[in-house]
Amino acid sequence: MNNPAPVFRDRLPEPMGLMLERQKTVEFIFEGERITGIKGDTLGSALLANQQWVWSRSFKYHRPRGPLTLAGHDANSLVQLPNEPNALADRVPAIDGLDVTGQNVNGSVKKDKDAVLNHFGRFMPVGFYYRAFYKPKGVWDWWEKQIRVKAGLGIADLKFKPEYYDKAFLHHDLVVVGSGPAGMMAALKAADAGADVLLLEEHTLLGGSLAYSEFSDCNNPEQLRQELMAKVRQHANITVMTEAVCNAWFTDNWLPVLQGKRLYKVRAKQCIMVTGAYEQHVVFRGNDIPGVIFSSAVMRLMKLYAVKPGERAAVLTGNEDGYLTALMLNRQGIQLCAVIDMRQASELSHTEKNLVDQLHQKGVQVRFGQTVYEAKGSQRLEFIEVRAITSPGEVSASLETIPCDLLCMSAGYMPAYQLICQAGGQLSYDDQRAAFSLRNLPDNLYIAGSVNGIHRLSAVMKDGERAAIEALNALELSDEAVPDVFCDQKVNFHWPIFKHPKGKDFVDFDEDLQVKDIVNATRMGYRDIQLVKRFSTVGMGPSQGRHSALPTARLVAKATQRTVSETGVTTARPPLTPEKLAYMAGRGFDPYRLTSMHYRHLELGAKMIPAGLWMRPAFYPKEGQRLTGSAASPLLLQARNIRNACIENESLHVRTKVGLIDVSTLGGIELRGPDAAELMNRIYTFGFLKQPVGKTRYAVLTNEQGVVIDDGVACRFDEDHFYVTATTTGVDNVYRLMTFWNTQWQLDVDITNVSSAYAAVNLAGPDSRKVLEGLTDLDLSREGFPYLACREGFLNVPGCEHKIPARFLRVGFVGELGYELHVPSRYGEVLWDILMAAGQPFDIKPFGVETQRLLRLEKGHIIIGQDTDGMSHPSEVSLGWAVSKKKPYFNGCRAVDIVMKRPQTRKLVGFRLSAEYLVQNQKPEEGHIVLSDTGSDSSITGNVTSCEYSPTANAIIGMAYVGIEQSEEGGQFPIRVDGGSVVMASVVSLPFYDKEQTRQEA
Amino acid sequence: MPFALLKYGLNGDFPFEKDADLPPPVSLKKRYDVVIIGGGGHGVATAYYLAKYHGITNVAVLEKGYLGGGNTARNTAVIRSNYLTSDGVKFYSESVKLFQNLSNEFDFNIMYSKRGQLTLAHTDAAIRGFRQRTEVNKHFGGKTELIGPKEIKELVPTLNMNPGHQPVLAGLWHMDGATARHDAVAWGYAKGATQRGVELHQLTEVTDVVVENGKVTAVKAKQGSVDHIIECGVVVQAVAGHSSLLAEKAGFRLPITTYPLQAMVTQPVKPFLDPLVSSPAFHCYVQQTGRGELVFGGGSDPYPLYNSRSTLELKEELLAHAVELFPFMANLKLMRQWTGLTDMTSDYSPIMGESPVQNYYLDAGWGTWGFKATPICGKTMAELVATGKTPSLIKPFGAERFNDFRQVNEMGATAASH
Repeated sequence: MNNPAPVFRDRLPEPMGLMLERQKTVEFIFEGERITGIKGDTLGSALLANQQWVWSRSFKYHRPRGPLTLAGHDANSLVQLPNEPNALADRVPAIDGLDVTGQNVNGSVKKDKDAVLNHFGRFMPVGFYYRAFYKPKGVWDWWEKQIRVKAGLGIADLKFKPEYYDKAFLHHDLVVVGSGPAGMMAALKAADAGADVLLLEEHTLLGGSLAYSEFSDCNNPEQLRQELMAKVRQHANITVMTEAVCNAWFTDNWLPVLQGKRLYKVRAKQCIMVTGAYEQHVVFRGNDIPGVIFSSAVMRLMKLYAVKPGERAAVLTGNEDGYLTALMLNRQGIQLCAVIDMRQASELSHTEKNLVDQLHQKGVQVRFGQTVYEAKGSQRLEFIEVRAITSPGEVSASLETIPCDLLCMSAGYMPAYQLICQAGGQLSYDDQRAAFSLRNLPDNLYIAGSVNGIHRLSAVMKDGERAAIEALNALELSDEAVPDVFCDQKVNFHWPIFKHPKGKDFVDFDEDLQVKDIVNATRMGYRDIQLVKRFSTVGMGPSQGRHSALPTARLVAKATQRTVSETGVTTARPPLTPEKLAYMAGRGFDPYRLTSMHYRHLELGAKMIPAGLWMRPAFYPKEGQRLTGSAASPLLLQARNIRNACIENESLHVRTKVGLIDVSTLGGIELRGPDAAELMNRIYTFGFLKQPVGKTRYAVLTNEQGVVIDDGVACRFDEDHFYVTATTTGVDNVYRLMTFWNTQWQLDVDITNVSSAYAAVNLAGPDSRKVLEGLTDLDLSREGFPYLACREGFLNVPGCEHKIPARFLRVGFVGELGYELHVPSRYGEVLWDILMAAGQPFDIKPFGVETQRLLRLEKGHIIIGQDTDGMSHPSEVSLGWAVSKKKPYFNGCRAVDIVMKRPQTRKLVGFRLSAEYLVQNQKPEEGHIVLSDTGSDSSITGNVTSCEYSPTANAIIGMAYVGIEQSEEGGQFPIRVDGGSVVMASVVSLPFYDKEQTRQEA
Repeated sequence: MPFALLKYGLNGDFPFEKDADLPPPVSLKKRYDVVIIGGGGHGVATAYYLAKYHGITNVAVLEKGYLGGGNTARNTAVIRSNYLTSDGVKFYSESVKLFQNLSNEFDFNIMYSKRGQLTLAHTDAAIRGFRQRTEVNKHFGGKTELIGPKEIKELVPTLNMNPGHQPVLAGLWHMDGATARHDAVAWGYAKGATQRGVELHQLTEVTDVVVENGKVTAVKAKQGSVDHIIECGVVVQAVAGHSSLLAEKAGFRLPITTYPLQAMVTQPVKPFLDPLVSSPAFHCYVQQTGRGELVFGGGSDPYPLYNSRSTLELKEELLAHAVELFPFMANLKLMRQWTGLTDMTSDYSPIMGESPVQNYYLDAGWGTWGFKATPICGKTMAELVATGKTPSLIKPFGAERFNDFRQVNEMGATAASH
């Protein structure tokens, strides 16, 4: 840019404008208007440089609102960005082309149609919504919709695509939160002593108040800031992070730090909180009119952004910072029309009297014992009405009305207590100093500077060093005596609250709460500060009580005749500043597990479904899939979809030829040691001590309520070696249970969860032996390797000398001759390939987990979690035979004994229905309920747990819990199916298929 | 503008004395017919129904903190009845019915908001469970349907139907699902109870329970540094989060383990989400409050603890899941995170009724689901206290069921739905 843009001429000369790169302009849109700013501006500073003082509308009354803190601490500065609601105008950097609008407005921030609500305030007393909108009964439904439209602030971009955010970890001896003078002194002191220090600063500039404020005991804070900054930056032991917000304190100094698009999780051995203090407002009518602003904000505006804050300024103060602000305004050529001190002249300190003299020398008179009683102006401050303070909160008749466009408030500070209170620190109120201070700090955490109630710069710097010494002593890097730091500077005016009969004397700007709202909450019975908050919503808005906590505590204390300390403030919850969910979500990991044969399933076009954390093939759809089974009648065909067709075809293939299913997701637990059998015996219901080597045994697990919670197959490969399977989703729980108990029992056994170390398949079907014969040297004959036996051996890999170690289990889950083969996971794909190749002459086909469910249903085998629920005890699911009555103990035995002794009320039975119900769309579905009878006052006696059409049986078959009186074979019971109609199912004995059990034992 | 607000607006001196919802504090008496320990929703509801239906008003509610400041204040205000067991559905359905009338009954708006609750199924196992809950609910007259992806998309257009590797397969659409201003429920009950003569004593901590010959006769309490002994005929304990600790003072143990449960809320944004949406598989549920804030909740902390600290780990996990379900929420801002203590039983159902100590009644084991039961629990507990007979609605929930393992298992119907 060759010619300075007109906007530049309005800016104050250097050294004002620390943040600015004056050679470069930026342009963005606010409410449709083009705003030109300077690089380094925030949206807010650029708006003010362009005389835009209305940024937003208030929550309830839609009053115009402008800057208050210019530090990102208030809700007045919330604006809408294209894809981000509730952005802080005084923190978001001005960038070219950004389209910014006001939010929570009906129209524009300048002309908000909802501003009419401002005049109805008296009809909206505190908690008014609890007192209306519900009479007569039913009208609330209508009112709620009207009110809901007005709720909320900004608009969420519902189409927003998440950006890349990630996380990192940091570990430091000492973390210093805040880089103000105390923070930098603490960091330097600790780093000099050898501590590894992380210094965090939420703003762009290091130095905290040194960057913008003025001090009575330092003529050139900028020079001091530069000196300290150079030392900090150059120190090998200090890591500096700027624009990094320590957003909470979690147990053991576990600090989430937000910077850029990354969440740093920082573990600090020691922590010094140098978080500063929030300036507090004066409560008077109209204290929210744009132009009424904190002194510190005006200083920031001038020093950081070189924006001229107004033409005619007034200052309302109760401490020396107001005078420093006035002097700064005067130096920058801004007319001071009034400097008002709420105190009497006699209360001023020596330092303050000097400042008053300086103002006198510049021709500025100071008024003592007076206050602003009302500020006036529609969209920008126009007048202030000044009155004398007669007693705390009380004023005289009007003294004078002074025209001005800027009023700086300086009434005191509230320590930035949130992080410290999250750590367990407590606030207590000192009536003498009219200020809260922090007590009961936890171990390994210290505070320094203004958060510690110390405000004079020289003392602040000493206090930083003092905190560092305490941290160093705890780190055993020094044993220096901890010095006392003393500061008698009083910064809080004791009662900066001036109630106005007409209200609009705001205590909480976020929630539009006035003095009477807080007082009335207590009069209505909500006396506890927490109840005041919940009833009035004070402190619940975006700024989370930074400015309302102190006046609320004072008002509630007075109204309930308690001390401010007794009254307290509401709990400071994390996070400190509103944090985008993206920080916490990070990269959005979605871990899930794939078996080693996963890609073979994909190649075969399997339909994959989640099973716990795993993905499993449900079935293998093929194009043009048609029913080939004998049951295929034309009507039935219509009722069947591709899923059913696949399942039926796959199941018939297993029944007639041979099929292969990936069962790698089964849990596997290895038990080795002399006490392996003893552990099995104590955990599972059956007896395992005498289980022969080379045999498998069904294992059922009950919990301490006697409920069946898992099952599996226990293989004994050696006297001291068991390998027990568990359900896919249950294995982690089983493993945990075993290790939990063995911590007490101290049995001599190693327990290892080997679930993902083994890949496994079930080769099932009449031809399965033939497929396997060429692949192993094991004797596979019926006598040599009978049903329920298990073997360890090897699988030959055709064309390769290498053999795969494998465990062979003869199991009968699907009801055919079959072998489960468990091999180390790295061989999973090879296992699949050699079996598919060896099976080719026998027309081997893969089958999925849904087909397996049908096959096992035909055999009447239950699936834990599907056919059992949170109350199923062994006899309800006909597993009484699997509960040993001879042994002294197993997990859950006491409960099992009790529940099995009392009369049974329900039972899981097999049932059968004609296939014709498929055609009528009345097939019972899993989860449908079983009724006591078909009458209108029937009760629920049970539910369907499994139900499928079985092509082998050419019928609908299933299992259901029924009342014990309904469980007799041959009887019928009603099931309510979709649409509310009732079908009658017949109880049949299990299994449905091969009752003689000859096929699986072949 | 509703007429009710005119009288406030047109009278400069609002509030009048008679408008106060809660009376000013009074001194403790020497004796009460009934002492209720715990001034949460359940405690004040029990007091309210004792006074309203049974004429028993010599009642003191003792609260160690402030009214409704425990789990009443911390829960996420889900009201629903789509449970699994008949016992559960019958009980919670009665509660929903009572809730619907509370504003008019109290003359105090609890902002009952019938939004419907949608629970998502990502597996076929979940669909089975949902179908059963649907059918059981319908059987007892509830409005619940099992719906498919198309209907889900219509109800919640902003939902990601393919979160992670677990697509949304179906939904349990519980049209009776609702929310309410949770604090207002406690306040409304307290208002109604105190108007009828019940005394509410806040900042009054019970330090011991006096039991003589197996019968409760008094409680010891502390107000600030002042100790009191308060004689009583009957004691009801309703101290969610601390049930076992108080029972121990009365001399018996409860089958309860206490876990922290966390919740969090964003800044308000304009409403876009009406139903309460919950995904048990993602351990996440979300609802948008009347103020426009999004409230998230999830699973309990993994270990038992009597400390209401918040953790970073739970926040990370819960919000990662929230962003998977609603990706655009990545750009919304979290404002607050907090924790309550939940008394978990092994069957995820409450404990109501008699205790091993005579005249000492239990209202405990409310885990993560106590708020929705506030009205019906108060009503039945009051009946129990007044008549000495356990109402049939709460018979299945007696503590003795743990002795003979007659549990009412609601585990599947409770996880991450509260």
